[in-house]
Amino acid sequence: MNQTFDFTVVDGIIDGLGRKPSAIIAILQGIQEHYRYLPREVFPYLAGELGISEARIYSSATFYENFSLEPKGKFVIKVCDGTACHVRKSIPILERLRKDLGLSDKKATTEDLSFTVETVSCLGACGLAPVITVNDKVYPAMTPDKATELLKALKEEL
Amino acid sequence: MDKKNIMTIDGIPVEIGGEKNLLELIRKAGIKMPTFCYHSELSIYGACRMCMIENEWGGIDAACSTIPKAGMNIKTNTDRLRRYRKNILELLLANHCRDCTTCSNNGKCKLQDLAMRFNITGVRFPNTAEQPKLDDSSVCITRDSNKCILCGDCVRMCNEIQNVGAIDFAHRGSKMTISTAFEIPIAETNCVGCGQCAAVCPTGAIVVKNHTQKVWQALDDAGTKVTVQIAPAVRVGLGKKMGMKADENAMGKIVAALRRMGFDEIYDTSTGADLTVLEEASEFLKRLQSNGNIPLFTSCCPAWIQYCEKNYPELLPNVSTCRSPMQMLAAIVKDQSGNSSRRHVHVAVMPCTAKKHEAGREEFKVEGKPNVDYVITTQELIQMIKESGLLFNELEPEAVDMPFGTMTGAGVIFGVTGGVTEAVLRRLSADKSKGALISISYTGVRGMKGVKETTVMYGDREVKIAIASGLKNASLLIDRIKAGAHYDFVEVMACPGGCVCGAGQPFAETKVRENRGKGLYAADKMCNIKFAEENPLMMSLYNGILRGRVHELLHVDYSQAHGKEQE
Repeated sequence: MNQTFDFTVVDGIIDGLGRKPSAIIAILQGIQEHYRYLPREVFPYLAGELGISEARIYSSATFYENFSLEPKGKFVIKVCDGTACHVRKSIPILERLRKDLGLSDKKATTEDLSFTVETVSCLGACGLAPVITVNDKVYPAMTPDKATELLKALKEEL
Repeated sequence: MDKKNIMTIDGIPVEIGGEKNLLELIRKAGIKMPTFCYHSELSIYGACRMCMIENEWGGIDAACSTIPKAGMNIKTNTDRLRRYRKNILELLLANHCRDCTTCSNNGKCKLQDLAMRFNITGVRFPNTAEQPKLDDSSVCITRDSNKCILCGDCVRMCNEIQNVGAIDFAHRGSKMTISTAFEIPIAETNCVGCGQCAAVCPTGAIVVKNHTQKVWQALDDAGTKVTVQIAPAVRVGLGKKMGMKADENAMGKIVAALRRMGFDEIYDTSTGADLTVLEEASEFLKRLQSNGNIPLFTSCCPAWIQYCEKNYPELLPNVSTCRSPMQMLAAIVKDQSGNSSRRHVHVAVMPCTAKKHEAGREEFKVEGKPNVDYVITTQELIQMIKESGLLFNELEPEAVDMPFGTMTGAGVIFGVTGGVTEAVLRRLSADKSKGALISISYTGVRGMKGVKETTVMYGDREVKIAIASGLKNASLLIDRIKAGAHYDFVEVMACPGGCVCGAGQPFAETKVRENRGKGLYAADKMCNIKFAEENPLMMSLYNGILRGRVHELLHVDYSQAHGKEQE
């Protein structure tokens, strides 16, 4: 385990939300927002600070789909696969993204931690289907080719 | 009967007498309601849905989470309920490993029992669950998620009663499992090995490690001398499983059975407990007089020691340096045959799963060899007796062997919460009369309460004592001590009720556990010596084998041991 992990960020989050067990979900969200995932080092630290067992924090962290225990890429691409997007061909977009980045349903993040590709059930933007988001910015009416173009543009920004 | 307090169960009026839930009342009315996830000492979870009842409007409620009210009219056994229960059982069995005959919980399994009761003759659904890996890492317990029905009993036991929290639910829906944090092996977690999870597990998903095979091998080897010691709580834990009364003292029969199995020398751990009383009492007095680390925490319970090491390392200097009775006796027994060329295996029969871990600790090894080679639990002893084919009930009681065969009542009561304290108080008491004995027993040290407190006078000094059983209770007590509460002597036993309720004992309901405690107090009454210091063996030990070696053979410094481990 990384002995030099800096807990000042975590401390700041805990101080803002309250050093109590009931704040655990909000604290985990805050940590994930900062690190883009839940680093393993924070579990024993949180257990000590909040007085909850590590196993219970792990329980919360694995219960919610939103939490990730793996580091995520700089760009998190979410492909909507809700009913509307699905019937307007979201899957080919997903397949193109994965192919371009060398990812699969088992491997969601590139080795260099640049891109993460995931699906979401519905983004609530069915009128714009098929939709993808990149770090919460919405890209409407996508096609596989437009996705490739987008990846190119994003790679420039890396 | 007061009409205001009556409800109807299956057409029969039943009086509500303060039961917390319908389930308790139904059971009081003589109906054996099926449950998986209900234990009176744990919080209500309401997950297994086996205790469903039909109310007068045809609605279905879980009895465990419904409060009984006057005028209620419920049915517990209708065609619909039976159908639902069978369905639940079938679904549980669908992704359950069904190798009952080779399961270590065979015959003790609630799922097996209920499948039999509800006449489940086939399972229509294929098993689609992934095959999880066995967690064999701990020396105390084995976890097999294949056999888990997600009742959560182990999780609530580990969190609510023991305050350890080594395991919890992870993931959700069909992927849900009981898991440690990050699915690391249980031996690498904060698990203390108390085994209470295995005790409440209704199936074979968590079982106590079995070491009987190794013991048989040692017994079969003509070149090996096999000695054994039997812990106080074991003699009252065997009863029901062997067709005797729950609290009946089976020591004589156990000795007879072990001798028939081929053990060369048989001793009583109570003798070790007598040594513990003398050492712990003198250590306590020394600390009291020199204002050393007070309060003094007892050190007999290996799960408590692990709990303290993992959660309160700063308190380790306050933990007594006395070895546990098992280790004291083992050190002496092993040392005595030290020069013999014959291989010597020492076995301990314990009510405890954590003792399996204690036996393997580096501190208790001499030249790399453990003083206690194998620890078997009461349940493993029962299995060995059954395996050997001995008709236990027909055995004539026999006595333990010399030279370490004399014990006292003070040692026997170690097996129940408050027993260690009572034995030490007997040692400290200047008055050795019968009246003094009785008044010590009334100081509040007895009883199954989770935390007991009492104050006694030693000379002109007030000695404040606290006794905790159950690690949650211990941690609450420690919180109070850290907040400034003062105690001089603190006894901690990890299992609620003490060793008689240890996880190595056959699982028993609250009432039976209380009776086991009473059984030990009865055994104390039958001892002709009540004070550890009056045990004639003690004198000869201190003048003989222990001369100049008390520290080497009877003590251990957990605070230093812990420091070494950290390095």
